[in-house]
Amino acid sequence: MTRAFIFLISLFLISTFTFADTIEVCKTCNLSSINEAIALAKDHDTILIKKGTYKEYDILIDKPLSILGEGHPVIDGNLKGEIITIIADNVTLDGLSIINVGISYTEDFAAVRVKKAKNFSIQNLVLENLFFGIYIEKSHYGKVIHNKIIGDAVEEHNSGNGIHLWYSSHIEIEHNYVQHVRDGIYLEFSDDSFIRNNVSSNNLRYGLHFMFSNNDEYQDNTFESNGAGVAVMFSKNIKMLSNTFKENWGSASYGLLLKEINDAEIIGNTFEENTIGINIEGSNRIIYKHNNFINNGWAVKVRGACYTNSFTANNFLYNSFDISYNSRENDNVFDGNFWSSYSGYDLDNNGIGDVPYRPVKLFSYIVNRTPETIILLRSLFIDLIDFSEKVSPVFTPDNLIDQHPLIKKAEW
Amino acid sequence: MLKILKYSFFDLMRSRWSYVYFAFYLLLGIVLLFLNNDLSKAVITLMNVIIVLVPLIGTIFGVMYYYNSKEFTELLLAQPLKRTTIFLGQYLGVALSLSLSLVLGLGLPFVFYGLFKSNAIWDFSLLLITGSFLTFIFTALAFNIALSNENKIKGFGYAILLWLFLAVIYDGLFLMSIILFEDYPLDKMSLMGTLLNPIDLSRTLILLKLDISALLGYTGAVFKKFFGTDLGLIISFAALILWVILPVSRIMYKSKRKDF
Repeated sequence: MTRAFIFLISLFLISTFTFADTIEVCKTCNLSSINEAIALAKDHDTILIKKGTYKEYDILIDKPLSILGEGHPVIDGNLKGEIITIIADNVTLDGLSIINVGISYTEDFAAVRVKKAKNFSIQNLVLENLFFGIYIEKSHYGKVIHNKIIGDAVEEHNSGNGIHLWYSSHIEIEHNYVQHVRDGIYLEFSDDSFIRNNVSSNNLRYGLHFMFSNNDEYQDNTFESNGAGVAVMFSKNIKMLSNTFKENWGSASYGLLLKEINDAEIIGNTFEENTIGINIEGSNRIIYKHNNFINNGWAVKVRGACYTNSFTANNFLYNSFDISYNSRENDNVFDGNFWSSYSGYDLDNNGIGDVPYRPVKLFSYIVNRTPETIILLRSLFIDLIDFSEKVSPVFTPDNLIDQHPLIKKAEW
Repeated sequence: MLKILKYSFFDLMRSRWSYVYFAFYLLLGIVLLFLNNDLSKAVITLMNVIIVLVPLIGTIFGVMYYYNSKEFTELLLAQPLKRTTIFLGQYLGVALSLSLSLVLGLGLPFVFYGLFKSNAIWDFSLLLITGSFLTFIFTALAFNIALSNENKIKGFGYAILLWLFLAVIYDGLFLMSIILFEDYPLDKMSLMGTLLNPIDLSRTLILLKLDISALLGYTGAVFKKFFGTDLGLIISFAALILWVILPVSRIMYKSKRKDF
């Protein structure tokens, strides 16, 4: 009996010692302002914000706190400036709606800014009418999960990015839903981050944008109807796995834009109905495997200075042009892909066509030179000259051949 | 006119050639669908067939029918009938029976394959509509050629030449001129170029459906307006209708003045 009593007492003591206080904020409570609550709180306290609208901005979180919203309370910044700034480690933000971020041409106001902090977690937020959404600078080991960011960007110069990373690392960005901002998710000088299961659509510029960021991975995301799906520039060792790039239409629209990218892996992605599936410029040693290119204008457009890339076991289905090349040199390998326009046969029945396939058509050269000729696409005359080029290549690189084209769609 | 139309129509419906034509499309549809197992690919192949073969068959058939039924036409001319009625009736009879063979021949296998449940139905109906338009246009052109040439061999020669020109040579010249004048803004010219050739016109119509993502890759504003909105569809259809009306009115004009 006494032993049990002592155990209970000690349990109680331990719990009061380690578990921090909860401070409630609501319109009718003692505390009706978030700023006051933060000033009152001790380290590791929880601030519980009840349902309601709070007209506050410049909320500075300078100690490790958990700020939880109950029933999605709305924090309205009244377009005055930045709303929440986190400068302490171990901060959690959960379940808030943040609206009306101020727009400035000199400062990047954000709905939530994380500044030189570690181990933060930002989840279940709804951001609307914003300039920048979640801005993470010089911070590490954080999570950005289950947020919904809905902007109303019209022009590039006066709009911000949904989730913006700058000089940060080890950030996990998962299950977010970003639309109508400039860049859905933007990484600059940010390494070792995971971006998974996000949906980024209808953004002005890119769904996802990498600049000078290395060793990042993005997987199972969907990029739809953006200015361009994903732009990866000046970065190394990026893994792009199982993403969907869809309906990025326009004269400068790409599903995926690669510029100065080395040693990347692009595996298991689907590119569907983009003007250009992948646009490659100055990118080396990239592995393209198990991707589906369906109904794109150009599945892959190779601009130049691309060496030792390998395309294996991809499906090229009903694209207007499979590969477009603008030089006569080729150092890239195309092997064992399925091409829907392949017309060869397989006599030994081993699943590999007996006649090699030339993915670059003469017409794609002509269109590169004189874009207006696109209007003659699928004309009988064009088929004739394509055929004669196929028989004896003059303009297209003669070693650009898939020696082992598949007879049936590649499966994996 | 309806009576003559009916007569020509049933005459052709009974003839061997309509059945051959119908059977050909039926076979094509079946082979495409059941060997390919893929509706979208079948629609693309079909498009190539339609814009090449339909005009060819329309022209040859039109010329052939005119020359074959010449004696009957002369008999009709002796009756108290308006000349336009006779020729328009014959023309519509040929064009309608050809379109019917096309629509039924291609339509049936696709319907059995489960077209109504597939989302390719719009692409496919567009194919059939443009196919029918091409039949009407090229039969009318064929009648024009036949009316202007008493000599059968010459008539056939011109008909084949017309087809060859519009299907292949025109595009070659078109391509050359675009490349030749590439330093100038060409989007208006190239759109005009397509409107002037019914085969190119139907090709563009189908491209609007199948390759819209590639077409939007070009930067010109005129292109963008044409292909990006419904404007392209409307203009193309208007031009196709014009392409039917013009040759038909020439048939009427010519038939009134022709000395038999």
